[in-house]
Amino acid sequence: MNNAYFDLLMWARGPGFTIALTVMVGGILLRLVEILLLGRKKDFAKAKGSPVAQGIKTIFTRSVARKGMMKEAPVTYVAGYVFHLGFAVAFLFLGAHIALIKSLLGFGWFDVNKALIETAAALAVIAAIALAYTRFTDPVRRALTRFDDWVVLVLSVLPLITGYIAVNRVFGVDATLWMAIHILTAELLMIAFPFTKLMHAVTFAVSRYYNGSIQGRKGAES
Amino acid sequence: MADRPMLPELMRAHGVSRRGFLKYCASLTSALALPPALAPKIAYALENAARPSVIWLSFQECTGCTEAITRSHAPTIEDLIFNAISLDYHHTLQAASGHAAEAAREHAMKENYGNYLVIVDGSIPVDNPEYSCIAGISNLDMLKETAAGAAAIIAVGTCAAYGGIPHANPNPTGAVAVSEIITDKPIINIPGCPPIPIVMTSVIAQFLTLGLDSIEVDELGRPKAFFGETIHDRCYRRPFYDKGLFAETFDDEGAREGWCLYKLGCKGPTTKSVCATVKWNDGTSFPIQAGHPCLGCTEPDFWDNGGFYKPLSAPAGNYRQAGYAAIAAGAALGVAGGALARATKAKAVAAHEVVDAHDLEKKS
Amino acid sequence: MTATLDRGLNALREQIDAPVASFFTSCVSCGLCAEACLFYKETGDPKYTPIHKLEPMRRIWQNEFTLFGKAKAMLGLGGKVDDDMLTEWETLVYDSCTMCGRCTLVCPVGNDITLMIRKMREGLSASGHGPAELNGAAVRHTEGTSPMGNLEKALEARVKQAEGLTGLEIELDKEGAEYLLLLSSHEIATGPEMIESVAKIMDKAGKTWTISTEGFEATNVGIQLGNRDVAANLVSRIVKAAEKLRVKTVISPECGHAFQAVRWEGPNLIGRAYKFEVRHIIEVLDQLRAEGKLKTNGEKDPAKITFHDPCQVARRGGVIAEPRNLLNMVADNFVETEDAGVMNWCCSGGGGVGANQRANDLQEKAFGRKKKQIEDVAPEKIVTMCAFCHATLEDQLENNDMDDIEVASLTEMMAEYLED
Repeated sequence: MNNAYFDLLMWARGPGFTIALTVMVGGILLRLVEILLLGRKKDFAKAKGSPVAQGIKTIFTRSVARKGMMKEAPVTYVAGYVFHLGFAVAFLFLGAHIALIKSLLGFGWFDVNKALIETAAALAVIAAIALAYTRFTDPVRRALTRFDDWVVLVLSVLPLITGYIAVNRVFGVDATLWMAIHILTAELLMIAFPFTKLMHAVTFAVSRYYNGSIQGRKGAES
Repeated sequence: MADRPMLPELMRAHGVSRRGFLKYCASLTSALALPPALAPKIAYALENAARPSVIWLSFQECTGCTEAITRSHAPTIEDLIFNAISLDYHHTLQAASGHAAEAAREHAMKENYGNYLVIVDGSIPVDNPEYSCIAGISNLDMLKETAAGAAAIIAVGTCAAYGGIPHANPNPTGAVAVSEIITDKPIINIPGCPPIPIVMTSVIAQFLTLGLDSIEVDELGRPKAFFGETIHDRCYRRPFYDKGLFAETFDDEGAREGWCLYKLGCKGPTTKSVCATVKWNDGTSFPIQAGHPCLGCTEPDFWDNGGFYKPLSAPAGNYRQAGYAAIAAGAALGVAGGALARATKAKAVAAHEVVDAHDLEKKS
Repeated sequence: MTATLDRGLNALREQIDAPVASFFTSCVSCGLCAEACLFYKETGDPKYTPIHKLEPMRRIWQNEFTLFGKAKAMLGLGGKVDDDMLTEWETLVYDSCTMCGRCTLVCPVGNDITLMIRKMREGLSASGHGPAELNGAAVRHTEGTSPMGNLEKALEARVKQAEGLTGLEIELDKEGAEYLLLLSSHEIATGPEMIESVAKIMDKAGKTWTISTEGFEATNVGIQLGNRDVAANLVSRIVKAAEKLRVKTVISPECGHAFQAVRWEGPNLIGRAYKFEVRHIIEVLDQLRAEGKLKTNGEKDPAKITFHDPCQVARRGGVIAEPRNLLNMVADNFVETEDAGVMNWCCSGGGGVGANQRANDLQEKAFGRKKKQIEDVAPEKIVTMCAFCHATLEDQLENNDMDDIEVASLTEMMAEYLED
């Protein structure tokens, strides 16, 4: 006799993870190399500012909303921040996740209280719902939204919800089954990563660098 | 059956008072997670229970389960319940040996055909039944033969319940659980390596008093009263898990402070058992209390579930090689994709025809 | 030869590089670029969302420059780019984008959308989708000396006028001069003031300068049209003239796109670095100020003055502090508008929109942003450093019955208050 739930968990931790990791790592690398190999032409215009320094700086500074923009699209900004920060906190600071990171990379960091993790996750889910809502209601966002955007939104929220259910055994669900489901949803996210707009989580740095270096060469702000 | 002493007589013989007996019934009711109102019923049932014949079969096992059940120190109530049955065959505990022992089993089977209880510890090798024989009879044959006249079977320990350690990869003997051989008898699984003694005795008691139908089991054949919740949910170290306080090694501050053992591979979150509340040795301790992560021994295949000291959230497979292959393949495909893209662009650049200001309109 | 879809698509392919690939990969369709766009903000029409204006190029990139996209395209899921699509997009790319660059600065993933619009225009112009007025200007400038046709005669007349007004001698085609002044045809057409102002300032500063009759026109319709062949031809005239006269610095006049054309795109259009420097006139004036060679008479304009940052010079050109340094010398009551500087709102006429008749009504609507910005500070005078912003502001203020507000050139203003 075997435990089907535990078998599912072991599949998720074993072959499932290997498949997801392979697809994600290979896919991201593929797309990144493909982009970078295209290269860009040497710029012959004499630089006024420092393209490299400003490129690197912009990778970080662009995380801050430009003055006056917050009020133009409050939901996109606020929910956008809350979602990203909430997801990051829930992913990066739960003990179980740090154990995973440590087994992958050989190092980890401090854990935080589960209450904080759950608050972050709950806020991220609420933010995602708000972002989904404006994808319906805001004419610009509705016009821009493609199937891809929905896939990304749903796949990023699923691990948050399934993780909460698994840890707290909401509705008295089976802990093993839901831990398996949680890991599987995270793996779905990993697999979808290179094929969808989730790629922005990697290429945002490249784009911001280019943006900053183009502006920086001119001595203009970015 | 008539010549068998009833339980109250036995109790008196053991110097247990009526008050002591009722107290036992109350605690048994509680251990079984039954409503307190059922205590008198249990008392009545036990008082009127005849000592049924029990045949205990030990197959591919380590005797740990027997060790555990005998660790209930006499004259505790566990000892009492042990005497409340007629243990007609148990080759570790019985005085008889050799032909006499086998004769006792055959006699008990014949006398009580259709009514006796079979308790099994250990798994059964099926690749080659001769891997494990008793008195020249293979475990497989003995189980089939003995089970034929049984009222019910209790599979004690993870080996009997799920194949256990002999069943672990690569399973050289083809070890299987009782339930994979016997399909026409009710089987109750009491897994654990070993199971908690009071869990074994309580289930036997419930079987005797309230009958087989009163024992509600989960999808793995385990009594829900003892295997309904995860150890993690009832663990006294759970508050540390919630606070994010973990022992990272066996000798760090967290370990000394008694913090959560999740990162040391504790399987509490996926293991269903009452270890954290009932504990061992008369409620003295249990593995996590002793500073060791739960191994998950009440779950099937616990030996192969990703390693005892690997956190539950850590990947269990050999992902590293695949990961390196993915890096190589991703980079190679990226170079290929990039080369194709560059070729597309180079072709476009080569095909560029200089645009003169006069070429800006479409001339039909 | 004729413009064809094939030439357009080929031009788009030529434009795709690592930044473009990274930008399209990074876009999460958040829609924030729309919130920075004056055309969207004033119309509320989602089709004016900046990133949406790039859809044809995105398809080319995805279908032809990515492995996954190629696979998708093989399954028929790629989405085609045909002439009808480009026809639909030409109004989005030319009529509703002044390439002001605000979207580029707000994009959270850092996409330089404006750069991509510039690249999109390469494809559209090569496929015959450029606005008729810009195509006409390109022909006139290619055949003559300015988008208005031949202007050497007019230039010579203006120089004579300026000499008369200042009493200074202005030598054309003077070899070895330190500065070579470029002008925009607007400045030549409207009067001698710019030449007069520069003559006065240079005289006071003790600098030698000249204007070349072979390369005086700074504007470059090739940049607005987005055609690098046309642009390269026009910019090379300036390079030839400057290198022939062996000047040290070429002065890009008060014109936004000319600054982009001569200063930033020029070397890349001709494929080599210049043998001279290019600076915007306000950069030159600010340097003279810093060196103590530009002094005012101490008087200041008492009017309530605000400054309009031309997109291509300020946001996309990095010249923001310089005009303010100068204004502080001559303005007594200087007020900044909200969003001034880096995030200033476009005058609505840049990027070829002002020259494009088809876009007139839309432009008038889009001016609403600038109008509100101006109304909030209610200035008596708006100073700027781009002749086209200058002209657009005057036109649009008149359309809105706000022509009591004067629009002035910063260079001319500096000359006005020059030390005697």
